[in-house]
Amino acid sequence: MPKRSDIKTIMIIGSGPIVIGQACEFDYSGVQACKALKQKGYRVVLLNSNPATIMTDPEFADATYIEPLTPSICEQIIAKEKPDALLPTVGGQTALNLAVALQEAGLLDHFSVELIGASLNSIQLAEDRQLFNETMREIGLRVPDSKVVGDVEAALSFAARIGYPTLIRPSFTMGGAGGGVAYDEDELRAVAANGIRQSPVGQVLVDKSLLGWKEYELELMRDAKGNFVVVCSIENLDPMGVHTGDSITIAPAQTLTDKELQRLRNMSRMIFDRVGITTGGANVQFAINPADGEVYVIEMNPRVSRSSALASKATGFPIAKIAALLAVGYTLDEIANDITRQTPASFEPSLDYVVVKIPRWDFKKFAGADPVLGPQMKAVGEVMAIGRTFPEALQKAVRSLDIGIDGFGSQAREHLSPEALSVPTAQRLFQVARVIGEGVPIDEIVRQTRFDPWFVQQMSELMAIHNRLLERDLRLADLDCRDMVKLKRYGFSDAYIAGLLGEAELAVRRQRKSLGVRANFYRVDTCAAEFAAHTPYLYSTYEMDDEAQPVSTRKVMILGGGPNRIGQGIEFDYCCVHACFALREMGYETIMVNCNPETVSTDYDTADRLYFEPLTAEDVMNIVDREEPDGLLVQFGGQSPLNIARDLQRMGAPIWGTSVDTIDLAEDRERFNALMGELNIRQPAGATIIMRNEATRAARRIAYPLLVRPSYVLGGRGMAIVFDEEQLLAWLDSNVTWGDHPVLLDQFLDDAYEVDVDALADGEQVTIGGIMQHIEQAGVHSGDSACVVPPYKISYFHLDVIRDYTQRIGLALNIKGLFNIQFAVKDDEVYVLEVNPRASRTVPFISKAIGQPLARYAAQIAAGKTLQEIGFVAEPAIDGFFVKEAVFPFQKFPGVDARLGPEMRSTGEVMGRASSFGHAYVKAQAAAGTPLPIGGTVFISVNDFDKGVVAKIARDLVQFGFRLVATAGTAGWLNSLGIDASPVKKLSQGAPNILDLMQDGGVDLVINTPRGGQAHEDGMRIRSQAYALGVPIITTMSAAAASVQGIRRLRESPLSVRSLQSHYAETGKTSEN
Amino acid sequence: MPALPAVLALEDGRVFPGEGFGAEGVQTGEIVFNTSMTGYQEILTDPSYYRQIVAMTVPHVGNTGVNLEDPESKKVWVSGFVVRSLSPIVSNWRNRGDLATYLRDNGVIGVSGLATRALVRHIRAKGVMRAAVAHGDAALDTDSLTALARASLDMSGANLVDAVTASAAYDWREGSDPQWYGDASPARARPLVVAYDFGVKHNILRMLTDRGLRVTVVPAGTSPCELRALAPSGIFLSNGPGDPAAVDYAIENVRSLLGELPIFGICLGHQILALALGGKTEKMPFGHRGGNQPVKNLRTGEVEIATHNHGFAVSADSDLGGGEVTHINLNDNTVAGLRHQALRAFSVQYHPEAAPGPHDSMYLFDEFVAAVQDLV
Ligand SMILES: Nc1ncnc2c1ncn2[C@@H]1O[C@H](COP(=O)(O)OP(=O)(O)O)[C@@H](O)[C@H]1O
Ligand SMILES: Nc1ncnc2c1ncn2[C@@H]1O[C@H](COP(=O)(O)OP(=O)(O)O)[C@@H](O)[C@H]1O
Ligand SMILES: [Mg+2]
Ligand SMILES: [Mg+2]
Repeated sequence: MPKRSDIKTIMIIGSGPIVIGQACEFDYSGVQACKALKQKGYRVVLLNSNPATIMTDPEFADATYIEPLTPSICEQIIAKEKPDALLPTVGGQTALNLAVALQEAGLLDHFSVELIGASLNSIQLAEDRQLFNETMREIGLRVPDSKVVGDVEAALSFAARIGYPTLIRPSFTMGGAGGGVAYDEDELRAVAANGIRQSPVGQVLVDKSLLGWKEYELELMRDAKGNFVVVCSIENLDPMGVHTGDSITIAPAQTLTDKELQRLRNMSRMIFDRVGITTGGANVQFAINPADGEVYVIEMNPRVSRSSALASKATGFPIAKIAALLAVGYTLDEIANDITRQTPASFEPSLDYVVVKIPRWDFKKFAGADPVLGPQMKAVGEVMAIGRTFPEALQKAVRSLDIGIDGFGSQAREHLSPEALSVPTAQRLFQVARVIGEGVPIDEIVRQTRFDPWFVQQMSELMAIHNRLLERDLRLADLDCRDMVKLKRYGFSDAYIAGLLGEAELAVRRQRKSLGVRANFYRVDTCAAEFAAHTPYLYSTYEMDDEAQPVSTRKVMILGGGPNRIGQGIEFDYCCVHACFALREMGYETIMVNCNPETVSTDYDTADRLYFEPLTAEDVMNIVDREEPDGLLVQFGGQSPLNIARDLQRMGAPIWGTSVDTIDLAEDRERFNALMGELNIRQPAGATIIMRNEATRAARRIAYPLLVRPSYVLGGRGMAIVFDEEQLLAWLDSNVTWGDHPVLLDQFLDDAYEVDVDALADGEQVTIGGIMQHIEQAGVHSGDSACVVPPYKISYFHLDVIRDYTQRIGLALNIKGLFNIQFAVKDDEVYVLEVNPRASRTVPFISKAIGQPLARYAAQIAAGKTLQEIGFVAEPAIDGFFVKEAVFPFQKFPGVDARLGPEMRSTGEVMGRASSFGHAYVKAQAAAGTPLPIGGTVFISVNDFDKGVVAKIARDLVQFGFRLVATAGTAGWLNSLGIDASPVKKLSQGAPNILDLMQDGGVDLVINTPRGGQAHEDGMRIRSQAYALGVPIITTMSAAAASVQGIRRLRESPLSVRSLQSHYAETGKTSEN
Repeated sequence: MPALPAVLALEDGRVFPGEGFGAEGVQTGEIVFNTSMTGYQEILTDPSYYRQIVAMTVPHVGNTGVNLEDPESKKVWVSGFVVRSLSPIVSNWRNRGDLATYLRDNGVIGVSGLATRALVRHIRAKGVMRAAVAHGDAALDTDSLTALARASLDMSGANLVDAVTASAAYDWREGSDPQWYGDASPARARPLVVAYDFGVKHNILRMLTDRGLRVTVVPAGTSPCELRALAPSGIFLSNGPGDPAAVDYAIENVRSLLGELPIFGICLGHQILALALGGKTEKMPFGHRGGNQPVKNLRTGEVEIATHNHGFAVSADSDLGGGEVTHINLNDNTVAGLRHQALRAFSVQYHPEAAPGPHDSMYLFDEFVAAVQDLV
């Protein structure tokens, strides 16, 4: 069938902010869908609340709405844009759920919008777990005994029948949110209650346990003619019980015979037929009993998913792009395979390599979180590695994680009992290495982990080599060519080998090269070399001949950001992709290096050449040696590329843009302080101490409160604010091991405004991109606080000081590209908190607010252009207000204190735009998933510092008609001011207390500021309860004031929507991006 | 015990080193590659690979060992087996042994640790060619191995059917295990079909049996009158090795049987039918061997993902004496299936019986049964 001509305008819904379970894979799929549909001549209308995405760049759609993903906003957009069709399958669970809501509200019918890519019926069949299970039984497939229940009692009585452990899986959630394992009644009570809360339909599935069974996933596509292909089979190393998103996974499946695999294929096809997946991509998950091969169906996701992004990167088969084309009527045989060009997309990729995915977790940032992995996803990112064999791919994946581990066995210090391996955690893989190394037999490890013996055996080969290198008399010089080749084929990095031999990495590198052992590059070609590959999508290995075929044009290499983690996410992929576009426009060949399968940067048609490789100095240098690029860009991928810049330069890589020395200057506290001194720019008073006994004296000199942190950490990790000597010493004793690293003490600027500036410099001149005023005061990590452009609460005087400082710092540091400065304004003084000599987290947000592609300009500067030549010489004026709000994963980590602090913990962000600050703020809150109420009950409980400020806020709220409840202290204080607020019991005062009130839905908004420095027990319980229940919560007075403004504005007039394109047009801004 | 050296020496002089497993010694054959990611045991036992050295593109082979259920014939037919990484252990609930022992017991040489991707790209560029595999001391003298390869049999013009066909006729009654293929709806009356064995795969016979056919397998040389004596309701032409044009007697027999009974052919059987109809066959540069090939059914417009294993093909410009092309391979538009309405004969180049590969094309067996039943 040719494409449908009866539809002209197609609306695509994105997946919103990055959250656990839904990361930038949906930016990748959204971008592919937008590109494909535009390219076929359709008018594309895009809705996504996430400004950090590439898909929300104006060029990818005809009308781009960065607005909250709510039915009412959707309705406004649909009324305005009149789309003929809605494609809900490339925006994750969020888009799917929103589409269902629209359909059920009758909006799609009312505006006669056709749902394409999925039918409501099939979505419901697949997503309603009970319906799905019944359907599976109808077609003769096995599913675990299970029952959908809406209350805890029902869960208990069913569990009593099927026995423990039982699995809890909520309906219509993503990433297993609210799921869990219960080993007894008490656990079931807790897990079921939580799951029921989190399910949008208040239902959970109580499942008979298949813990320990093998878990598989098939990625499938089918077109309107019924043509059906398996794109990829994925095998989980972690058995059933660990969410696929938290599992180490391998493609293709390694331990199934053909009959067994074809059986899964046939079952999937039956499921497609029955559920009614008529066009597009979907995946089916299976559990297989390792003892007898019995197969159970776990679930189907009727949409493009995290694993389809993985499958696309693993095979070179662009699932999302093709799903979009199928949705508008094309059939698989009508679509060409971009890689071979001569063959059609109606085929099944054949892999002659092995792909390993390892999730990346960030538990360190969530003290008190349960580190045990289960049916609810907890990973914040993932890496993928390609190797010719499983051991090679596994080792490449491990070093891709960027957690300071050089290879499979290089870590895992602490001794462990094999029994410990039965508990799945983020460390288990390394513990397995350790235990194998100690000689524990394979079948014992299999018994504990329930990993397939095949994988454990492969791992034991790695440890055998590892142990051989540890033999005392072995010297580096003893390794001959054969040894070295073997090591490299098994994926041992130079650093890993060096570590085992007690040598320097460079020494190993030198020895290796002198033996003539060099990496060669193979292409990912979808067909195991049966046909020639025209797309240079490459991975390294150590085998025969080389398929890189570098060309001798001007070329630039761009280093990506690696795995998503808190503090380094999609924003940096956005910057890398823009750098890539800019350089291509300038006539350079662009070479992308990255190892994150979720990203747009690793789409094989983003850069001219893609190297899917770990971002270590060794792996990057292998590519540099082969490609000999004119320049490397390390400023766009966040902190990770900066961290290896020094080594790369030492090994002779041509680093472009801001110099390595400047990077060092900005990060070396002594050097940086000295420079600020010269420029006489004020910084918070500070001290660096190396011994405990220096602490108190230094502290007294600086004066409390203090911000303390170990000197070597990033992302604000390990930071704390201490208010007195007692707290200081307590923190030192629990966080510092003296000797290895100094500790930094800073004057904590209490109650200060924080301001972020993103600017460009070319050595001659500095141009400010935007000045962002944080909503929360300094002390809340810049990545976690809401912020607004233009600043609306900072005096012109201070803004000018900030501009002046930015100018001088940019020139003094001789920045060539983007840089970011964090300022704090306190008592009429402007302080510099830090300078980041690279693209920052806020670049996409600012670029969208001002309609100027800052990252592209930065890349042009790195390539030698000046700001003059680019024509970006003046700080752009901003029309209206743009508010960025952060989104937090606390709901996934019950028991973790949700108070904001200097340590970043948000996973994503949203943007709200409006002509007034109030509306922009309201939109941002709604987009973040906690819409501000316009009426109801507000619970207030604030610390003494804030009592003064809260009075005014309370007054306004009462005036808006809100009812106030407060803890005794606050209530008394408010009453004394003649503000009516009824007291509610603290937790310590017995029931019914505030938690009960919240539980019963009696609270619509929580305003709670933490007391003192310490996490306060009551406050903490209240905050995490609010997150668990999805009650909007405000933890700072500044945010409370902003919310009041928002509520006021919202009561005056309703929200309205406007696409970026018309915003830029109406405000006469040219947008090149 | 440490693996002995092994090599693959091509007739054009290129040599690929590796480590040996399975039997020791020297063997020659045509070097071909297969892109199936699963099903090595089925491939090893497929008689169509007689006189061929098979290289698997999937890196890890042997992971699931070998079992009693997956063989496609009574023995291993490949002359040599080449993989990137032989699994040192076996992990599967159906396994009954490991690959290395299996090959040794069957006297077949295996080479592991070989740069299979480089090999495949070489074959893709230069076409399939003769080669020698050696495991043990013989592997050290690569020159004589190259010479041996050059002296070995050339596929073009080679009749290999005689070596693989059954020595005497026998009845086949075994069906398949429904857990793999589901339950097929058996024919009412149980008509008899005669299957010409040019190197038949057991799963073909199982698929026919599942559908209620009684199958008598006869040697390739069985004459038309011997066949008529069995009074069958249909004739099946099996897959097999070598150059179809060289199996002249089979072509003759089929020609004289055309029109008498419904005929269904697979792979070599398809080529023989085409030749009997007056068509031509040709050798392909490196053939199709894998389980992921897109075949378009020209009548329905649907695409089936099919298993292929052939080095010869029916020429696109063949005169099929009134027959029509019904299927094409979308990768290169080669003829994948044909039918002669009047003569009630049809055939496909690929393998609807899969084993290994997807089960998309099973409907062809149903069509054959339907054709046969019209007579009963
Ligand atoms: N009956 C069960 N027994 C054991 N583990 C299970 C069971 N059902 C699901 N799981 C585990 O929970 C994970 C999440 O379940 P799934 O239905 O895939 O939810 P999601 O929609 O979040 O992917 C699965 O990947 C699997 O590991
Ligand atoms: N001296 C200070 N006074 C008040 N707040 C501070 C001070 N130094 C840092 N902060 C707060 O801590 C946060 C993180 O500090 P920063 O140096 O930016 O670490 P990171 O490298 O993680 O960005 C800042 O965003 C700011 O809110
Ligand atoms: Mg799942
Ligand atoms: Mg799901």
